[in-house]
Amino acid sequence: MNAINVYAIRAIYKFEMSRTRRTLMQSIIAPVISTALYFVVFGAAIGGRIPEVENVSYGAFIVPGLIMLSLLTQSLSNASFGIYFPKFTGTIYELLSAPVSYFEIVLSYVGAAATKSIILGLIILATAATLVPLRIEHPVWMILFLVLTSVTFSLIGFIIGIWADGFEKLQAIPLLIITPLTFLGGSFYSIDMLPPFWQTVSLFNPVVYLVSGFRWSFYGLADVSVGLSLAMTCVFLAISLAVVAWIFRTGYRLKN
Amino acid sequence: MQTVISVTKLSKTYASGLKALENINLDIRRGEIFALLGPNGAGKTTLIGIICGIVNPSEGTIRVDGHDIVRDYRASRSLIGLVPQELTTDAFESVWNTVSFSRGLFGKPANPAHIEKVLKDLSLWDKKDSKVMTLSGGMKRRLLIAKALSHEPRILFLDEPTAGVDVTLRQDMWKLVRSLQVAGVTIILTTHYIDEAEEMADRIGVISKGEIILVEEKTELMRKLGKKQLTLHLERALERVPNALSAHRLELAGKGTELIYTYDEQGDRAAIAALLADLAASGVRFKDLQTTQSSLEDIFVTLVSDRK
Repeated sequence: MNAINVYAIRAIYKFEMSRTRRTLMQSIIAPVISTALYFVVFGAAIGGRIPEVENVSYGAFIVPGLIMLSLLTQSLSNASFGIYFPKFTGTIYELLSAPVSYFEIVLSYVGAAATKSIILGLIILATAATLVPLRIEHPVWMILFLVLTSVTFSLIGFIIGIWADGFEKLQAIPLLIITPLTFLGGSFYSIDMLPPFWQTVSLFNPVVYLVSGFRWSFYGLADVSVGLSLAMTCVFLAISLAVVAWIFRTGYRLKN
Repeated sequence: MQTVISVTKLSKTYASGLKALENINLDIRRGEIFALLGPNGAGKTTLIGIICGIVNPSEGTIRVDGHDIVRDYRASRSLIGLVPQELTTDAFESVWNTVSFSRGLFGKPANPAHIEKVLKDLSLWDKKDSKVMTLSGGMKRRLLIAKALSHEPRILFLDEPTAGVDVTLRQDMWKLVRSLQVAGVTIILTTHYIDEAEEMADRIGVISKGEIILVEEKTELMRKLGKKQLTLHLERALERVPNALSAHRLELAGKGTELIYTYDEQGDRAAIAALLADLAASGVRFKDLQTTQSSLEDIFVTLVSDRK
């Protein structure tokens, strides 16, 4: 057998992607529709009454935040469900008894979840382009933030999927922590619009750095410097990798 | 015969404090069918789980074809196929896809011809495009075997393979297991059906309360621990065993109309001739006789109850 079990990585990746095809409505169409609704409500209906933010129409201003919102929630739910479902059905036995390294397991599950999120992000971007005037000043950085954020939050989703021992826990962190942080992380506004105290509080919200960096790649507008955004994204990625490494080293919630 | 799995000083204590296995030493020979018997909670599934990599051992080492299961897990696991006790399947996948997935997971390139053969051998070919959720319980059991065989393992673990399976399917599975053995596959099965072990196994291991209490060739086990009984149906009922026959291990049954003589499988056959001679000398006549032999189930029950 090769040093890397390429066939296993391919098998898991293919299996996870085929799950997306089976659940096209839930995986792709539903998030696209809900994001389009945000555009209609915040962009067209309410956004028309909100002045431009630094020469960018409000409808266009919220596009990066909305993409980030979908990216975070879908990365989490794809990856957490992907690893939780075999635990729930008991088919995890096959994964644990296979000649697959922890790296290969993470690569395939997180790779599939991130792929789905990136595809979704790009579809939302294309949808937005038909509704509001968009420009992408730094496309390479945009792709970099898109990929890094998807991978990081897919890793966090993977951790949640392993930690969860019921569907309630599976939903708890995305609903109770990630969604509020995203809404309060500057998706719909610049934190410069907040009073000074809340600006400081916002800096403790990790999502601020993700949204800020991503928005900068579109319009060159940022709440914090792009270098700091990138560094913080890499820190989250490193923390997630460390937790995943610990899970596999100890067999936490996987092996008795 | 060459050892293919070697378990040395294996112990397992769960986080709850439950001691599931204690100082297990066990060698499985290449190409044999080994039946692991034990009551519920004896540690059978834990032992299999550790060998297959699903459960972490607390102490001890296991080598599969010379490969340490921890350090050299890729080599050891690629040799093993596991059919779990529970019917755990991907309900929404097709039969073909889930079996092909298993082959890839175990590091083998796609081989449609092999998957086709496995599905045909297990009478699942006409269901290859069906979703797993539409299969019957027996078909799901066969599907799990197909998944385990998809990567052409040299060692196959069958954890209660015929639980809840009808008689016809059980016999089909026995045939399949025999054909796999002929092809050189080593088979380790756990079962609650002692007749299954009696029918299939070359060697028997008995595990109780986390300890292996016996490993023996099946025929040798039956010979050593099996008992035979000779029942004589008497022409006239007796009130008690005559003194002239007190040298023999006899007891009266059937309201004095039956004399039962119990002897070991390996006992002296001449003792029966002596008994018959003594019966004739003491005037006890019989109109019929029959012999019975203890089954593996009797031996198993005796062994396990002796441990309690």
